[in-house]
Amino acid sequence: MTKVLMDGNSSIGEAAIRAGCQCYFGYPITPQNELTEYMATHLSRRKGCAFVQAESELAAINMVYGASVVGARAMTSSSSPGISLKQEGISYLAACELPAVIVNMSRGGPGLGSIAAAQSDYFQATRGGGHGDYRTIVLAPSSVQELADLTMRAFDLADKYKIPVIILGDGVLGQMMEPVEFKREAPAQLPVREDALRGAKGRPSRIRKTFTSNPAELEEINWSLFRRYGLIKKEETTWETFMTDDARLVVVAFGIAARIAKGAIRNVRAEGLKVGLLRPITLWPFPDEAVKEVAKNVEHFLVFEMNMGQMIEDVQLSLEGKGEVSFYGRPGGVIPNPSEVARVISRLYYQKGLK
Amino acid sequence: MLIKTLFAGFGGQGVMSMGLSLAEAAMLEGKNVTYLPAYGAEVRGGTANCTVAVSDDEIASPVASSPEFVVAMNQPSAVKFQHHIQSGGLFFLNSSLVEADIIRGDIEIVRVAANKIAEDLGSPKSANMVMLGAFIRKSGLVEMKSVMESLKRILSTKKKLIEINEKALNAGFNLF
Repeated sequence: MTKVLMDGNSSIGEAAIRAGCQCYFGYPITPQNELTEYMATHLSRRKGCAFVQAESELAAINMVYGASVVGARAMTSSSSPGISLKQEGISYLAACELPAVIVNMSRGGPGLGSIAAAQSDYFQATRGGGHGDYRTIVLAPSSVQELADLTMRAFDLADKYKIPVIILGDGVLGQMMEPVEFKREAPAQLPVREDALRGAKGRPSRIRKTFTSNPAELEEINWSLFRRYGLIKKEETTWETFMTDDARLVVVAFGIAARIAKGAIRNVRAEGLKVGLLRPITLWPFPDEAVKEVAKNVEHFLVFEMNMGQMIEDVQLSLEGKGEVSFYGRPGGVIPNPSEVARVISRLYYQKGLK
Repeated sequence: MLIKTLFAGFGGQGVMSMGLSLAEAAMLEGKNVTYLPAYGAEVRGGTANCTVAVSDDEIASPVASSPEFVVAMNQPSAVKFQHHIQSGGLFFLNSSLVEADIIRGDIEIVRVAANKIAEDLGSPKSANMVMLGAFIRKSGLVEMKSVMESLKRILSTKKKLIEINEKALNAGFNLF
């Protein structure tokens, strides 16, 4: 398979089709419209597949709910304000232990915000987002290639753990084009999920519901959800480190910000500053063990986010009071350039007396 | 080596296509490349621009705050982006439409009468390809044959257009 030049949103669409996605339900919002457009053109043509432009975000997420109940690989996508609208549905999907893939090409906020790239939905994505005691797996790609790879992984994870998976991107990742290679061909036919509701002929009926009037029963459901979350944390936590071996200062950043940070680190490394990068790829589960491991040799951390400081809380929790954590953030859709971040890093490096 | 280029002009002038052709050509040469279109809440006939970053290494940010090369296809773009170019950079001006005084003395200005040349070729819409040809010659960012190859890929379903665009590209390329 050769590389093709593709925008991030379209590459999610192509990767989803190749991951066996059968249903896409969407409602337009910038900066993710290319994904809806791609699915309208390509998914709707595939045999046994469905594309629906829903009448609202609420309708779209509940269509995903319906498709998932009957065993289809289903997805929806939106951007920040639209993702807020989908939260009720996501909570219901989590309660019913249903797989689904939800893409958030996030934009500046709060409110309607701006259409520019921002990372201010970290809290919403990693803390469940809707009401109730639940989590979703959150994947944070930082290139178009990774958008494609993680989309395929998202569908596999969703099915494996019967859980909604969020892909948390941003306006720049969605809109920019990069060479991308798709590492899988679309499957001819996926096996039907064992717990799919397709008629109870020859077996006792099964019920999918999110309401129970018995607190003890609901407690058991909550316990079982969190046993699974524990397993996910053990098996699926993913991160990348870059030049951390001899580092005196480590930058922690995710998504597009991690990429900018990497450029900044190359700049300061050229000047002899020992700086590395830790990039969480799964935001939930957060790679706290990886942070702890790095902290064995590093005291100073700089968390860099395109928001006012959200992931910094997870870094601090992971460090359990050890180390020193600084923060640099640009909210609202402003995209800092690598030389700006390099200036922040070198200032901090010298302020802390590092050599 | 990381080189960023910004293409700007009216919506409809084909500035996005210029960027896309360059990005595709760079990809065909095995380079790292990003292409970032910028259209906010724009209107028909308003301005549009895109940024192409080409590098041998990983590209940190697809955004260019001070690009090495700027191609301005119309007057508003020339006014807006002349201050963004890195010192020592190249500023390509579509002299058919740009009358702005360029006050910067630390950049090289390349004037190409893209619209006039395209009209003389009998295909006014291919002014963007005339400019791209001149850009490829002066910047040396990618090989001309890679751009031709990228055109064939982009226009694979519109074979008639390939010939017209090739002619325009060569006309621009052979200006210098």
